[in-house]
Amino acid sequence: MALIDFANPTRFLRLVNAVLPWLAAATAILFAIGLYRAIGAPDDYQQGATVKIMFLHVPAAWLGMMGWGLMSVAALGTLVWRHPLADVAGKAAAPIGAAFTFICLVTGSLWGRPTWGTYWVWDARLTSMLVLLLLYLGVLALYWTAEDPGRGARAAAILSLVGAVNLPIIKFSVDWWNTLHQPASILRIGGSAIDPSILTPLLIMAAAFTCLFFTLHLAVMRNEILRRRVRTMQLMEAQRFAEAGA
Amino acid sequence: MNALLALLLRDMRLSIRVGGGALMGALFFLIVVVMMPFAVGPDLNLLARIGPAILWLGALLASLLALDRLFAVDHEDGSLDLLMMGAMPLELAVLAKAIAHWLTTGLPLVIIAPVLGLMLNVELKAMGVVALTLLAGTPALTFIGLIGAALSVALRRGGLLLAVLVLPLTIPVLIFGVAAANAAIVGPAPFGPPFTILCALSLGSLVLGPVAAAAALRHGLE
Repeated sequence: MALIDFANPTRFLRLVNAVLPWLAAATAILFAIGLYRAIGAPDDYQQGATVKIMFLHVPAAWLGMMGWGLMSVAALGTLVWRHPLADVAGKAAAPIGAAFTFICLVTGSLWGRPTWGTYWVWDARLTSMLVLLLLYLGVLALYWTAEDPGRGARAAAILSLVGAVNLPIIKFSVDWWNTLHQPASILRIGGSAIDPSILTPLLIMAAAFTCLFFTLHLAVMRNEILRRRVRTMQLMEAQRFAEAGA
Repeated sequence: MNALLALLLRDMRLSIRVGGGALMGALFFLIVVVMMPFAVGPDLNLLARIGPAILWLGALLASLLALDRLFAVDHEDGSLDLLMMGAMPLELAVLAKAIAHWLTTGLPLVIIAPVLGLMLNVELKAMGVVALTLLAGTPALTFIGLIGAALSVALRRGGLLLAVLVLPLTIPVLIFGVAAANAAIVGPAPFGPPFTILCALSLGSLVLGPVAAAAALRHGLE
């Protein structure tokens, strides 16, 4: 079964309906385990219990970036192969990615207050993440403005590819600029710098968030496909009405 | 090559002779700079310190103002369709339009910046540096704006959308432009690195902008 088989929306919908309950269940289970382990994780010797904001903050940041990555891949699908589901996937990813980016910024801000003594600094990592949120809002505005969904999708696809330039900037911002945000500590050369007692719950939470992302993503894609069907049916009905009247 | 030159000259003539689009940006720049002392107070020391930032921000907003004319007029009278059907690759045609646009709206901003710097009490020596950073950075603003202009012309109703789409992408240009200007005037930090990155941003957007804009036009107006 090749990827192109899922170009058929009906087949894709059947797959989504089969997968979605399992994915939702996996999300719930992973969140239960992850939150339990996160609460049980030891406090940091300097930051105390506030370190637990990390279990929401870091996965949200990853998924905010992954959302844009997914949009960029979907953009290639839209522009190069004209895959009919690619623009649905890109459109569905935009609000979810924006929400995760927003969660990342808010939790980071709340975490920054007790540890750094301020809600916000104009640091490279924070600023590049804020730019990501602005780019997400720009893409959403593009979708809202477009009258024809196909045309809006192609415009958003081009903006997604252009905005992908920001992703490596976010990733390496803490290495390139020596600023307040801590440097990379999980994915880095020489292995992770975090103790397993905190790293394991964090990875479980990341898995839970990822499952949540895809659960939401597939659900929104299903809604979008159905919405487009309704639109097509309305257009056909209107045309039939016009022909009957003429 | 002839066609490219002809298109460039045509666009420059149009923007200089018709509607005064070229000078409107410079006028807007003047007004933004004049408004600043009213907003932050007429303290000359403060103005001298934030002068480069004001000049950069003013240039950014002024270059945004003229962007929607880049394709909208040609789209209305149909000449954009001719360009898309013509023998010249659309990327090159878009590039020629962008260069003409920069020469008529970006370059005037660079030229009047030293005069406006006088009003902000920026030193004469430093003014050359600020103008140099603007010279290196405003092409990036034009080429990034090119993408937004192409996206919004394909969608109609895109005037306000243009600002929303383009401004986040121009943040790096603003950061390194002001960083280079400040490094040359006050900072202990060296002038070279931010200025080199600024040039790199201009060159990078020179490559990326026309390709993305041509793709946006092709997909949007077919």
